[in-house]
Amino acid sequence: MAQAGNHYFVPEVAKWPIMGSIGLTLLFGGFSSYLNGGSMGMPIMLAGFAVVIFMMFGWFGEVIRESEHGVYSKWEDKSFRLGMSWFIFSEVMFFAAFFGALFYAREFSVPWLLGEGSGAETHRQLWSGYTEIWPTNGPADMGESDFHMGWWPLPFINTVILLTSGLTLTWAHHAMKVNDRRKLIIGLFLTVALGFIFVYLQVVEYQEAYHEGMKLSSGIYGSTFFMLTGFHGMHVTLGAIMLLVMLLRAIKGHFTPERHFAFEAAAWYWHFVDVVWLGLFIFVYIL
Amino acid sequence: MNAAATEADHHHGPAPGLMRWVTTTNHKDIGTLYLWFSFIMFFIGGLMALIIRSELFQPGLTIVDPHFFNQMTTMHALIMIFGVVMPAFVGLANWMLPIMVGAPDMALPRMNNWSFWILPFGFGIMLSTLFMDGGGPAAGWTLYPPLSLQTGDAFPYLIFSIHMLGVSSIMGAINIVATIMNLRAPGMTFMKMPLFVWTWFITAYLLIAVMPVLAGAVTMLLTDKFFGTSFFNAAGGGDPVMFQHIFWFFGHPEVYILILPSFGLVSEIIPTFSRKRLFGYSSMVYATASIAFLSFIVWAHHMFTVGMPLTGELFFMFTTMLIAVPTGVKVFNWVSTMWRGAMTFETPMLFALGFVVMFTIGGFSGLMLAMTPIDFQYHDTYFVVAHFHYVLVPGAIFGIIAGVYYWLPKWTGNMYNETLGKWHFWTSTVFVNILFFPMHFVGLAGMPRRIPDYAVQFADFNAIATIGAFGFGFSQILLLVLVIKCIRGGDKATDQVWEGAQGLEWTLSSPPPYHSFSVQPVIK
Repeated sequence: MAQAGNHYFVPEVAKWPIMGSIGLTLLFGGFSSYLNGGSMGMPIMLAGFAVVIFMMFGWFGEVIRESEHGVYSKWEDKSFRLGMSWFIFSEVMFFAAFFGALFYAREFSVPWLLGEGSGAETHRQLWSGYTEIWPTNGPADMGESDFHMGWWPLPFINTVILLTSGLTLTWAHHAMKVNDRRKLIIGLFLTVALGFIFVYLQVVEYQEAYHEGMKLSSGIYGSTFFMLTGFHGMHVTLGAIMLLVMLLRAIKGHFTPERHFAFEAAAWYWHFVDVVWLGLFIFVYIL
Repeated sequence: MNAAATEADHHHGPAPGLMRWVTTTNHKDIGTLYLWFSFIMFFIGGLMALIIRSELFQPGLTIVDPHFFNQMTTMHALIMIFGVVMPAFVGLANWMLPIMVGAPDMALPRMNNWSFWILPFGFGIMLSTLFMDGGGPAAGWTLYPPLSLQTGDAFPYLIFSIHMLGVSSIMGAINIVATIMNLRAPGMTFMKMPLFVWTWFITAYLLIAVMPVLAGAVTMLLTDKFFGTSFFNAAGGGDPVMFQHIFWFFGHPEVYILILPSFGLVSEIIPTFSRKRLFGYSSMVYATASIAFLSFIVWAHHMFTVGMPLTGELFFMFTTMLIAVPTGVKVFNWVSTMWRGAMTFETPMLFALGFVVMFTIGGFSGLMLAMTPIDFQYHDTYFVVAHFHYVLVPGAIFGIIAGVYYWLPKWTGNMYNETLGKWHFWTSTVFVNILFFPMHFVGLAGMPRRIPDYAVQFADFNAIATIGAFGFGFSQILLLVLVIKCIRGGDKATDQVWEGAQGLEWTLSSPPPYHSFSVQPVIK
C-alpha cells in the first residue's frame, strides 16, 4: 500500500495490444487451417507469428524505455512483481496438467488395461495378451517401439547443466547487487550459454529417440515423454531468450543495483524451468 | 475520502473517436467494453437457446437437423460461460474494483486492454466454426473424447479459440490480484475490503490456477487428433476418462468462478437496501475461501457413472456435500442481514432477493446430485440441466443484473426507469421458473439431456419450458431498452444514489470522473 499523494503511472494509450490480438488470430487461424490441410495455412501462421514478435518488441521496448526514464517507482514495480509471480504460478498449473496425465496413466489407466481394479473387463475382453508395465506404448503397440529413455548419460548431464546455470545466474544477480558489471555480464553470458547447450542436448536426445523408433506417437509413454520434455524445452528456450535480452541490456548499461525488476523476473522464470526439470528428471527419466 | 480533490485531478480525458475504445487503458472504458461485449454475446447465446427450445417444443425431429441441434447446445454453453458470465464479471470488476479499493486504475492498464481485446477475436474464431465443413463443435462444451475428436474442420479453431479465451482470463485475473494486493488505499486493510472485492480476489486465484489446466487438456486433445499422441486412447495406454478428470479439475473450480462474484454482488446489495451492515462479514470471507478450497477436491462428482473405484465415489460424494456448509453460511448471513432491516425493494434488491431464493433451489438440487447412488439415476438427465441452469441463470445472471441495476446510476449519472426495471424483474422471474422448473420433472422421469427428440410423455413439460424460454428471452429486451434509455437521460442521480449504500464508490460523483482517486483516499 502506498502513501496518499503518490501517483501511480497509468499510460494514456496502448497501441500494442490490438496488434497482439490480430497477430494471435492470424497465428492460430493459420495453424488451424494448416492442420486441416489448407494451403494458405502456413503463410498466414508465419505472418501471425511475425506480427506477435513485432508486437512483443514494440511493447517491451516501450516499457523498457519508460523504465530507463524513471517512470516507474517502487509502487509500479510491485505490480510487475505480482504479475510475474502469478504468471509463473499459472505456468506451474499448465505443467501440472501434463504431470497429472503422466501420473494418471501410470497409476490408473495402464494398470487397469493390465487387468487390475475397475478396468479388468477391458483387459479380459480386448487385450488379454497385454503385459507391459512401464514404459509402454499401449496394448495396441503404437509405434512399435519399446525404447526407454534412461536417465544416463544425457539427461543427467542436462540436470547438471541446468543446476549450474541456476548458480551462475545467482552469481550474476549478486554481482548486479554490488554493481560489478563485469561479473554480471560474465554470469549472464554463462547462464545463457548453458541454457542453449541444454536445448541443444535435448535435440540430440530427441534425435536418438527417433532413431530408435520412439516417437510422439509411441503410445502413452511417447506422448507423456515428448509433451512434457517438449513443453519444458520450449520454456527453457523462452527463458534463455529472456536472459539473452537481459544480457544485451546489461551490456547497454541498463539496470541499477537497486532497480532491475526485468532481470529478476527472467531469473524467477529460469528457476521455475529449473524446478520443472527436476520434476521431469525424477518422474519421467528415473522412476 | 474527498471527491472534490480527486475530481480536480483528472487532467486528461479519453482520446477522441473510435480509437478511444481500441487503445484505452482506462479501467472504466475497459469495463464498459467488457459489459457491452457480454451483453451482445448474451443475446447471441440466448438465440441459440431459443433454437434448442424451439426444437424441443414438440417431440419428433421438427425444426433443425440433429447435428445442428448438437452444435447449438455446445455453442450455447461455450458462449454463455466464456462469453457472457465471465466477461460480465470482469467488466464489473474493471469498473468497480479500483473505485471500491480507492485505486487510481487497474494495476497493469496495458495488459487490461489486451485481456479485453483478445475476447472479440477469440469469439470471432469460435463463431466462425459454425460455417465450416462439418459445422461447429457438437460434442458438448465439455469436449469429451473420443466424440469431440470427430469434430470436422472446426476442431483446431475451437481448441485455439479456447486457448485465446484462457489467455484473456488469466491476464484479467492477474490484473485483479495485483490491483487488490498493491493498489488499495491507505487504511483499506484486507478485512475492510467490500465483499465484491473479496469474492473477486478469490475468484481470480481460481482462474489463475485452473485456466492453464484447461489449456493443457485441450492441447492434449489437439495432439491426440493431429500428432498421434495417445493421452485419451486406450489402444496406446491412455484413457478417455483421463480427459474427464483433467477437464473437471478445471471445470469444477470454473463453476465457482461463475458464481462467487455474484455472491459478492448480492452481499453488496442486500445490506444497502436493508439499511444494515452485512451480517457476519468475516464468516462471509472465510466461507468464500472454503468454497474455493473445496472446489479443487470435488471434481469427480461430475463423473460418478463413469466407473470409478468405490473409494473415489465416496470421497467425492462427501467433499461435495461439505460445500453445502459454507454455502449455507452465506445464505444464512444474507437472510440475517435482512432480519429487522428497514427494507425497500428497488430493482437491484429484487434481483438480489430472486438470487437468494432461486440460487438456493439450485443449491438444493445440487445436494441431491451430490449423492452418488442417487446420481446414478439423475446423471445426464434434464434434472442436471435444471440444476445448473438454476444456479447459473437466476443465480449468476441475476446477480450480474442486480449489480448492473445497482451501479447503473453511478456509471451513467442518470437513474434508470424503476417501473421498467420492476417489469423486467417480474417477467424474468416468472418466465425463468416456467422455463427451468419443469425440467426437474422430466429429468426425474428420465428424459436425457443433449437430445433433439424425446418420448411423448415428456411433451407437456417441454412445451411449457419452451414458452418460458421465449418469455424469458424477450424479457431481456426490456433490460436493453432500459440501459439505453438510462444512458441517454433520466432523473439525475445523486452521488450517494441509494440511501443505505456504503463504500468508496458512493463518495465519487455520478458519473465518476474519467480518472478517479489519482490521489488515494485514506480509510479510517
